Amino acid sequence: MSEALVQFDQIVKRFDGTPHPAVAEITTTIMSGGITGLAGPDGAGKTTLLRLILGLLKADSGALRVCGRDPVSEASAVRDLVAYMPQRFGLYEDLTVLENLTLYADLRAVIGEERRTAFERLLAFTSLAPFTSRLAGALSGGMKQKLGLACALIRTPRLLLLDEPSAGVDPVSRRELWRMVQTLTGEGLGVVWSTAYLDEAERCERVLLMNDGKLIYEGSPSGLTNRMVGRSFHVRNAGEGRRGVLASAAKMPGVIDGVIQGANVRIVMAAGATPLSAEDFKGVSHVEVTSVPPRFEDAFVSLLGSATPAVSRLAAGAVRAKLDAGPVVEAKELTRRFGSFTAADRISFSIGRGEIFGLLGPNGAGKSTTFKMLCGLLRPTSGEARVAGLDVAAQTSAARNRLGYMAQKFSLYGDLSVAQNLAFFAGVYGLTGARRQRALERVTEAFGLQRYLETNAGTLPAGFKQRLALSCAVMHEPPVLFLDEPTSGVDPLTRREFWAHINAFVQSGVTVMVTTHFLEEAEYCDRIALVYRARVIAAGTPDDLKDSVRTQALPDPTLEDAFITLVEADDKKVAA
Amino acid sequence: MRSSLWSLIVKELLANWRDRRNRIILLISPMIQVLIFSFAATQEVKNVPLAVLDDNRSILSRELISRFEGSPQFSQVMHLQGVGDIAPTIDSRTALAVLHIRQDFSRKLAAGQPAQVQLLLDGRSSNAAQIIQGYTVEIVDRLNVEIAQSASLRGPASVVVARTWFNPNSDTLWSTVPGLFAVLTTTVGMMVSALSVARERELGSFEQLLVSPLTSIEILAGKAASALVIAVSETTIIMLIAMYVLGVPMEGSMVLLYGAMIVYLLSIIGIGLFISSLSSTQQQAIIGAFMFLAPAILLSGYATPVSNMPDWLQTLTFVNPVRHFVVIAKGAFLKDLPIDVIAAHLWPLALIAAATLSAATWLFRHKTA
Repeated sequence: MSEALVQFDQIVKRFDGTPHPAVAEITTTIMSGGITGLAGPDGAGKTTLLRLILGLLKADSGALRVCGRDPVSEASAVRDLVAYMPQRFGLYEDLTVLENLTLYADLRAVIGEERRTAFERLLAFTSLAPFTSRLAGALSGGMKQKLGLACALIRTPRLLLLDEPSAGVDPVSRRELWRMVQTLTGEGLGVVWSTAYLDEAERCERVLLMNDGKLIYEGSPSGLTNRMVGRSFHVRNAGEGRRGVLASAAKMPGVIDGVIQGANVRIVMAAGATPLSAEDFKGVSHVEVTSVPPRFEDAFVSLLGSATPAVSRLAAGAVRAKLDAGPVVEAKELTRRFGSFTAADRISFSIGRGEIFGLLGPNGAGKSTTFKMLCGLLRPTSGEARVAGLDVAAQTSAARNRLGYMAQKFSLYGDLSVAQNLAFFAGVYGLTGARRQRALERVTEAFGLQRYLETNAGTLPAGFKQRLALSCAVMHEPPVLFLDEPTSGVDPLTRREFWAHINAFVQSGVTVMVTTHFLEEAEYCDRIALVYRARVIAAGTPDDLKDSVRTQALPDPTLEDAFITLVEADDKKVAA
Repeated sequence: MRSSLWSLIVKELLANWRDRRNRIILLISPMIQVLIFSFAATQEVKNVPLAVLDDNRSILSRELISRFEGSPQFSQVMHLQGVGDIAPTIDSRTALAVLHIRQDFSRKLAAGQPAQVQLLLDGRSSNAAQIIQGYTVEIVDRLNVEIAQSASLRGPASVVVARTWFNPNSDTLWSTVPGLFAVLTTTVGMMVSALSVARERELGSFEQLLVSPLTSIEILAGKAASALVIAVSETTIIMLIAMYVLGVPMEGSMVLLYGAMIVYLLSIIGIGLFISSLSSTQQQAIIGAFMFLAPAILLSGYATPVSNMPDWLQTLTFVNPVRHFVVIAKGAFLKDLPIDVIAAHLWPLALIAAATLSAATWLFRHKTA
């Protein structure tokens, strides 16, 4: 029998200096006995909502009851009933597993016999018993997450709040955590799981979908997805031409969304629009258009009111990659050791002109190390990294002039205006005089930055931050672009827009190297290398990887399935 | 200069200027510090409460007491009733000193014998006690002379007449402000450079900078140059306050002072960049900066003279850049320090600057590539 654990009534929360409320008039109920997904992009208001439930923030207006109590005036009672696992798990990295548990037990006054049984139960539940004397900082991402969960569950709560528990955690650990949390809901616990991954939200019993502080949908995920039946299509067999297919489909009437999924292009039509057919893509021979079941993300994009898919305003050839034939990026037996630890072990691959190459892998597997060696941020212990024909370690400055780099986190100067950021990077890349003027005009025009030139970069909307970062990275027309988890945490529309630009670059011959653990992003790649335990354990097109794990039991594997199966197979091989 | 280096310097200056909090800290805090320190960290002793036990109660003893009452150094003169009051008065710090005039004071003077007055001082404030003693001796001496004259007796054989050179009125502002100028120059140069790399690391823009074609030497040169510009502008403001608000004279050559200051700042910025290259957050950088600043300032001769330190420590202060600059700053403000004296402190500074800047470059490269 499920009961209402949290009741929001017209809750509003504003922060000073922001134009929109972080949480705008939210009315909803969170029930016990199931996972409630709190989904939405970064900055949608998810964390604010959780902090309101915990009584860490006070709502500006509206009524909020948590287990029948007021979370601010009856804070101590509420905290006995509600457990919380913050982002990054709230652990003390310099304490051991057991010391972390003891600390949280002390804080929650769980003592004596009660503590002993609680530790026993939690260590068994999380399988952390063999590691009690290990420092929390030395645990893998997945184990940190489990320990974070154990610390939150010291006193069995009625409501468990998880703030983006899967951010920065690889798919294997994500799945394991999911199973553990499901066990808990079986015991009658209410769980709120906040996430920026829509595929995760789709698995929840109930979902609260947020955007810009507003609750745009609540109910079962299928309730939303079902609205989309008959509107999702795959354009198949486009092969090399799929980026062209996407770009032209984006301009067709009735199309509201388009993404690349391996060799296919996924198209979503507006309600009541005439579906596309193969005829619409006459330029590309042999394409087939088939109807596919809708996903939650299709519904979200449609809900966000996207009228048309993002189209890059970059004219083809806006960025000219002047390059000879032959591989543009090459890793030859790249190895990096830190003391006795080998972070990358004889990694080799080569990337051709106009190719998108993805490095995929769990955290700490070696993909960042490899990536850093290729863009000159880290010196290889042995082996060679070549970019645009230059040895990165030997001709560092020249090689860097031929690559553009965009980091995971927004990494420009927040206190400088957009124009000042652009001017700085133009200067750093040695653009002067008329060339500089042309470069500045070109990116301002292509990325629509005119309106924001005098705005501080730090206060730009998320989508424009992304555009500015990309502008700064490509101003000097590099033949190679390095993207480090470029769209993690951004909303689906911004991500699509970003990839529309990247596709435009690629069509004019730019080579793109991308690291990601966001599998949605990996679908855009031509080829993927799966890095695990410092080695490349699988490489190929996204469809190759999916095919390699196709079985009777799993007839239509996703890239995530492929990832998990391949990693687990490697674990077995190493164990054997 | 390469245009990329120029862009970097412009960016650094903008980044420091456009951050509102940073701007306030950089602009306002040195001004407040120079004003507060000048008045609070004064060595002068004024407005001291004094207690008097007059067992003599004669015209002469009253004359002596009235001179204390009339002196600007003593704020109030309390009258005690008996010897038993002395200890509690000093214990409770109601008075910093007690003047005890014995019963036979006037009798001895009349008889032409030397009369003694006792001065009891609170040794817990040893510095103030010493200065009070000086004032007291002065007051008593002056009375002596007058008595001698009026009684046409032979005066004391000789009298010491002190004259303070370079600071004729013994204005303590004159002696604290030049030292403070050196200390504030140090703090500003240190903070701006120590935060520069750490801030970028913390904000995540550092890697973006590292993948650019700028070499590590160029990055450091850009950061050093901008820190130098900021520190020189700030010290100029402090100097103007010192000269026109606090009235401290500028006797020496401005050109020499600025020349020495730039060499000095480079040595400090080298240390700042070294600390910054080591730190991954701004917090670590600030702690690192203070670990350098506190001992360096203590061993600089700003607060206590270097010549009072043990010999081995005096030798050690030779590598302390702050020590050399304190001498130069005091010299430039108060006396027209000759170029050879400045040079004697300038070449160690140049050596230290070369050493710290190379160390910073080495560490920066070591930590990044």
